[in-house]
Amino acid sequence: MQKFMPAIMITIGAICVSLWLFGMFVTAAGAGAFEVFYTIYRAAFGSWFSWQNTLVRAAPLMLTALCTALPARMGLIVIGGEGAMVAGGVMAAITGIALNGMAPMIVISAMLITSAIAGGMWIAAVGALKYYRGVNETISSLLLNYIAIAIMSFLVIGVLRDPETLNKPSSSHIGEANMIGAIGESSIHWGLGIGLIVCLILWFVMRRTTFGFAADMAGGNLRAAQISGLNVGSMLLLVCFAGGAAAGIAGMIEIAAVHGRLNVSLNSGYGYAGILVAFLARHNPVAIIPVAILLGGIQASSGLLQRSHDLPDATALVLQGIIFVVILASETLYGKPILAWFRSARTYQLTSSERLN
Amino acid sequence: MSHEIEIMSVIIAVLGGAIRVGTPFLFVSLGECLTEKSGRINLGLEANLIMGAMTGYGVAYMSDSAWLGVLAAGASGVALGLIHALLCQQDKVNDIAVGIALMILGTGLAFFLGKPFIQPQAPGLPAVELGGWSDSPVVRAALEINMLFIIGLVLAPVMAWFFKYSKWGLIVRTVGESRDAALSMGINVNQVRLYSTMFGGFLAGVGGSFLSLYYPGSWNEGLSSGQGLMAVALVIFARWNPMYCLYASLLFGGAAALGPALQSVGVTSGYYLFNAAPYILTLLIMIISSSSHRRLAGLPGELEGTRK
Repeated sequence: MQKFMPAIMITIGAICVSLWLFGMFVTAAGAGAFEVFYTIYRAAFGSWFSWQNTLVRAAPLMLTALCTALPARMGLIVIGGEGAMVAGGVMAAITGIALNGMAPMIVISAMLITSAIAGGMWIAAVGALKYYRGVNETISSLLLNYIAIAIMSFLVIGVLRDPETLNKPSSSHIGEANMIGAIGESSIHWGLGIGLIVCLILWFVMRRTTFGFAADMAGGNLRAAQISGLNVGSMLLLVCFAGGAAAGIAGMIEIAAVHGRLNVSLNSGYGYAGILVAFLARHNPVAIIPVAILLGGIQASSGLLQRSHDLPDATALVLQGIIFVVILASETLYGKPILAWFRSARTYQLTSSERLN
Repeated sequence: MSHEIEIMSVIIAVLGGAIRVGTPFLFVSLGECLTEKSGRINLGLEANLIMGAMTGYGVAYMSDSAWLGVLAAGASGVALGLIHALLCQQDKVNDIAVGIALMILGTGLAFFLGKPFIQPQAPGLPAVELGGWSDSPVVRAALEINMLFIIGLVLAPVMAWFFKYSKWGLIVRTVGESRDAALSMGINVNQVRLYSTMFGGFLAGVGGSFLSLYYPGSWNEGLSSGQGLMAVALVIFARWNPMYCLYASLLFGGAAALGPALQSVGVTSGYYLFNAAPYILTLLIMIISSSSHRRLAGLPGELEGTRK
C-alpha cells in the first residue's frame, strides 16, 4: 500500500489546487466560491437522491475511462471512447430491435455481446492502424469519434428511424421488457454493477496476470518486450479491443437502461469525460471506480449550478478542464525531492507519463 | 441540361468552399507546423480555435472592429500556447496529454465566457469580390475572398522562406531536430519552443476568429467540430512544409464543403455521411502517408519517439 501513497497524495493535492483555481475563476465570474463548492457537494453527494444521480452517471464513465486507460498501459493515448460508445450503442439498439420478443435474458445478453464487439473492433482498428501503419492513435481515434457519430445520425435519420418520432428522430424502442432494471428500490440501474464488474475484471487481468505484466512491459520498453519474444502486435490489438469493448458496453447501458431508443442523446460526452477519468486514475482500472464517481458528481451538479448561481452550463466543463491540466502538471512531482519524506517516492519510478513516452 | 447546371454549381460551391472552409485549416496548420518544427506537438489547437472564435467575436462586438477581434483572438491563442509550453517544459509532462487537457479546458472556457455573445451580431470581416465579371450569383459567392485568406496565402511562402533561409528558422529547426545539438550550440531550447508554441497558438487563434467573424459568421457552441485536430493531422500529410499546408488546407476545405454543397441542390439522403467526408479523408490520408517502417520525410527528429 505504501507504494501508492505518493500517487494518492499528489492526486489529492492536485485536486485541491484545481479547486482553488476554480474557486478564483467563479469568484471572478461573480459567484461566491464557497457557495459554489457547497452546491456541487449538495448536488453530487448531499443526499440519497443526488448520490443516485451521481452513480447513474458514474457507470458509463467507468467504462469509457477503460477505453483510454487500457491502451495507455501499452503506451498509446487513445481518445476514442465516445466513438466506441456510439458504435456499441448502435449495435445494441439494432440487436435489441431485431430480437425484440425473445426472452429478455437472451436479448440483454446479445446486446451486451454485440455492443462489446462493435466497440472493441472500433478501437482495435485504431490499434491496428498504429501497429501496422504507424498512424498516430490519438488523432485516428478522435477522427473515428466523428465518423461514428455521423454513421449514427445517418442510421437514425434513415433506415432505423421510427416514423412516429417527429421532433427528435429516433429508432424504434428496444422493448420495455428488454430494459435493464433498477437496483432494488433505487433509481440506479444495473449498469453500475456491470461497470464495477468490468473494472474489477480488467484490473485483475492487467495487474495480476502474465498478460497484464507483458502489456506493461511492452508499454515500458517496446524493444525489450520484442526481444524477449512477446507478440507485441497481437497484445496491442487485444488491449485496444478490451478498452473499446468496455466503451461499447457503456453505449449499450445508455440504450438499454436510459434511453430505450437510439438517438443523438447517446452522443453525450461521456467518452470525453472518460479520458479525464483515466488520467486522474493514472490508468489503474480499480482507481477508475472512485474517480468516475467523483466526476459523475461534478457532472450531476451542472444543472443545480445553473439554477442556483446563474452560472453557464459549461461551468462543470471548466472545472474538469482545470483538474485535467493541473493533474498533468503534477506528473512532474513524481520522484522529486519535495516528496523525499516518502521513501517510497523514489521507488515509484515507472510513472505512466514515462510509459506514454 | 438543368442537371448539368446543378453539377456545375456543386463544383463551384466546393471550390469556393475550399477557400472559405479551408482558411481556418490553413491558419491552424501553419501554427502547428511551426510548433512541431520546434519539436513539440500541440494537440490543443482545437481549443485555440474555439477560444479564438469566441474572443474574436466578443471583442469585435464590443469594440465594433472586426480586426481588433482578430488580434484579440490571436492573443487568446498566445495565452493557451503559453500554458501549453510552460507545462510541457517540466519533465515527465506529456505534450499530447496536455494538448487533450487544454482542449477540454479551452472549450469549457469559451462556452462559459461566450454565453453572452450567442445572440448579438458582431461586425464581420471584409471580403474582396473577385467575381464581379460573372452574372451567376453562385460564382460570385464562391469568389468572395476574405482578407484573412489572402493573409494566409502570403504567410505560407513567408514561413517556408523563414524555415529555409533565416537565422531564426534555422534555430527553430535545430531545436526540433536535436535538442542535444541545440543545447551544445548554446541555444535555449525551452525558450525557442515557448515562442514557437505561442506564435503557433496565435495563428490558430486567428483561424478561430475567421469561423465566427466570416464563415459561418457567428458565435455558437457548435462552431468547431474537430477542425483544430484535423489540422494537426494535416501537418503530417503536408510533411511539415508550409506550402504543402496551404494545398492540403484547400483540399480539406473542399471536402468539408461537399456536404452543404450537395444539400443546396437537394441531395439530402446521405447528408450526414457527406458531412463525415473530411474526417474519412483525413483518416485515409493518414493511413496512406504514414509508415511503420521508415522515417517520414521532413519529420522533426525530436518528434520521432512520439510519431514514428
